Amino acid sequence: MAATFKGGYHVDDHKSLTNAKPTQMLDGCDVHIFPLRQHIGAPLTPCVTVGDYVYVGQKLADSDQFVSAPVHSSVSGTVIDIKQHIHDSGTMIASVFVENDRKYEVYKGCVPHDYRNMSKENVLELIRDAGIVGMGGAGFPTHVKLQPNTKVTHVLINGAECEPYITSDHRYMLEEPEKIIYGLKVCMYVLGLSDGYIGVETNKQDGMESLKNSSEFNEHIHIVPLKKKYPQGAEKQLIKAITGRNVPAGKLPADAGCVVINATTAVMISELFKTGIPPVIKNVTVSGDAIKNPSNFKVRIGTPVKVLIDKAGGFVSEPQKIISGGPMMGITQYNIDYPVTKTTSSVLAMVKAPKTYDEDAPCIRCGRCVSHCPMHLMPYKIADCSKKGDVDTAKDYNALECIECGLCSYICPANKNLLQFIRMIKPDVMKKVRGEAQKNGK
Amino acid sequence: MENNLIMSSSPHIHTSSTITKIMLDVIIALLPATFVGVYFFGLRAALVVIVAVMSAVLSEWVFEKVTKRKNTVSDLSAVVTGLLLALNVSSLVPLWMVAVGSAFAIIIVKQMFGGLGKNFVNPALGARCFMLIAWTGAMTTFSAPLADTVTSATPLAIMKDGMDMALPSVWDCMVGNMSGTIGEVSAIALIIGFIYLLIRQVVSIKIPAMYIITFAVLTFLFGKNPMNAEYLVYQLLTGGLLLGAFFMATDYTTTPTTNLGMLIFGIGCGVLTFLIRRFGGYPEGVSFSILLMNLVSPLLERYTVPKSFGNRGGVYHG
Repeated sequence: MAATFKGGYHVDDHKSLTNAKPTQMLDGCDVHIFPLRQHIGAPLTPCVTVGDYVYVGQKLADSDQFVSAPVHSSVSGTVIDIKQHIHDSGTMIASVFVENDRKYEVYKGCVPHDYRNMSKENVLELIRDAGIVGMGGAGFPTHVKLQPNTKVTHVLINGAECEPYITSDHRYMLEEPEKIIYGLKVCMYVLGLSDGYIGVETNKQDGMESLKNSSEFNEHIHIVPLKKKYPQGAEKQLIKAITGRNVPAGKLPADAGCVVINATTAVMISELFKTGIPPVIKNVTVSGDAIKNPSNFKVRIGTPVKVLIDKAGGFVSEPQKIISGGPMMGITQYNIDYPVTKTTSSVLAMVKAPKTYDEDAPCIRCGRCVSHCPMHLMPYKIADCSKKGDVDTAKDYNALECIECGLCSYICPANKNLLQFIRMIKPDVMKKVRGEAQKNGK
Repeated sequence: MENNLIMSSSPHIHTSSTITKIMLDVIIALLPATFVGVYFFGLRAALVVIVAVMSAVLSEWVFEKVTKRKNTVSDLSAVVTGLLLALNVSSLVPLWMVAVGSAFAIIIVKQMFGGLGKNFVNPALGARCFMLIAWTGAMTTFSAPLADTVTSATPLAIMKDGMDMALPSVWDCMVGNMSGTIGEVSAIALIIGFIYLLIRQVVSIKIPAMYIITFAVLTFLFGKNPMNAEYLVYQLLTGGLLLGAFFMATDYTTTPTTNLGMLIFGIGCGVLTFLIRRFGGYPEGVSFSILLMNLVSPLLERYTVPKSFGNRGGVYHG
């Protein structure tokens, strides 16, 4: 029996579009764009100026804050500009433009390390300096995760990849399984754990086999089959499935004794220690019914998405939506000039614009949002509170616990965008909770 | 090109399920029972079904026209209401009463309270009880199966009043060869319909299961003939228990959406049905039980809000 959690739903995954396609390495393009925000945390200040020559793996920007992650060049060449550029969050972000000289000379500071001969502090410092963040999309700095305040008993690699369409982690499992396991071993070393777990959804049986057959596999690495169900890869649901533990409301995985690392992040950690190069190349799935040849690419970070779409044969017909990330939680884009960043795992283009919502349709109280909510909330109740502006009741219905997976909106037969209403009331609830906490503090 | 891109918040895909498809599934699930009813009670039963459905649809259309609301006939919910009402009355009920009943269900019970999703009791059941009280004689006169005109007592009435009449065989109760309302007579047809709904994941088994189990246990232990398996089987197969449990007590709008709420709802229906049948004036009691539970379902839901993921305890102390 595959491990899982209560709630959730298997959303049609469309992974067959790309899951059997080997990853193709793309050449770099003429100019690479490096947004100075590819992480959650303190903003960066550039450490290069226009005209500087930079190498592959050379740091472009950093911050002196702890919760932050520097950005590195993925090509060698000259810094030609530092200016605002469109980012997949939809906003303009200061970005470093590097003209690629196509020599791909590696920065001299990038040398391999054997983590077993290093102190834990040095390993963490190396990871921080390489700007490794949660590559699944969240972008939380990995070195922070690896220094939890509480004692941790489990380190989990998240290979669930439960979002439809995306197959980039799956391809890593098939093509570079040893890197995922090696990355996990580095995390185990830092956390002082003897065993590590890799959770993989059962729609990736070949991925699990590949991991088990890899040279790095041993009896301390546990491959856990997970039920094919969205959102199996959500951090709290993954922890529940593998360890049976509940992360309490408002707490972090570490409070449940767990650290969760994305599979791609593990690959990047492995690359860092084996080659010395920080994350500069990553797998990106280009898919959707508007793409001529849906593909998996290995892309140098900073490549404009337009180039990826061209390499995938361009559009079959005019797409109505371009999505960065998966269709359940991804962000729609209004142009395709934005570059691939550390957190880009896929680019989707859809012809038939997936659903606009109908707020006229009545809720028939079918209860599907309630029975499928992975956080065991009552989405339709919270959405109701949101419409009425009833913050207190929304708080009582635990609105703040919503992880915004989108399943309630997906599954609603009345075609209501429940999640959007929940999102609308969350900031008010947060304000209320903080206000109360302050009052109680005094 | 870029100017035509749609910007929206996630999620960007959507299930193909719609309200209309759900209603269509319910209609399909009710068809076996409808056909069996027409087979045993003849064309008269077919007429009742047609009049009930037409009256329901027409009432909805007219009401929405008059009140200038969005037309919702196409969501098929009015068809379901009309069909359910038809299956819940005798084939001998005068057609004008059926038409009035359907109109009552749609206009008074459903639309006056805000339409689909807002009604506080099941419209078909509300109308049935209205008809039962308004025209008790007509509503409790039943046709014998395969004989259009002869009136006959239902098995439950026979058992209740201890009448000196032969009960139909258990097999007859399974296929529907007994007197009763159009849709309640065939257990097999109802079970087939319900299995279809379960396969299509339209309804959950929780309420019907709790309802039937609770009722069966109480009847077996404390019924008129306790510890009598045969009596229990008759009690389960007759009196619209299956029709009510499968198709009325699973109505979305008037039942709780929470897990625990559904279980309590089912148990409540079972207890009330047992009490009415055992101690009440009516031989059956399914309709009143479900109606009464409909009324408390908002309360049930309010007190059975599921524990959220993060409030389930399990804090790890390492």
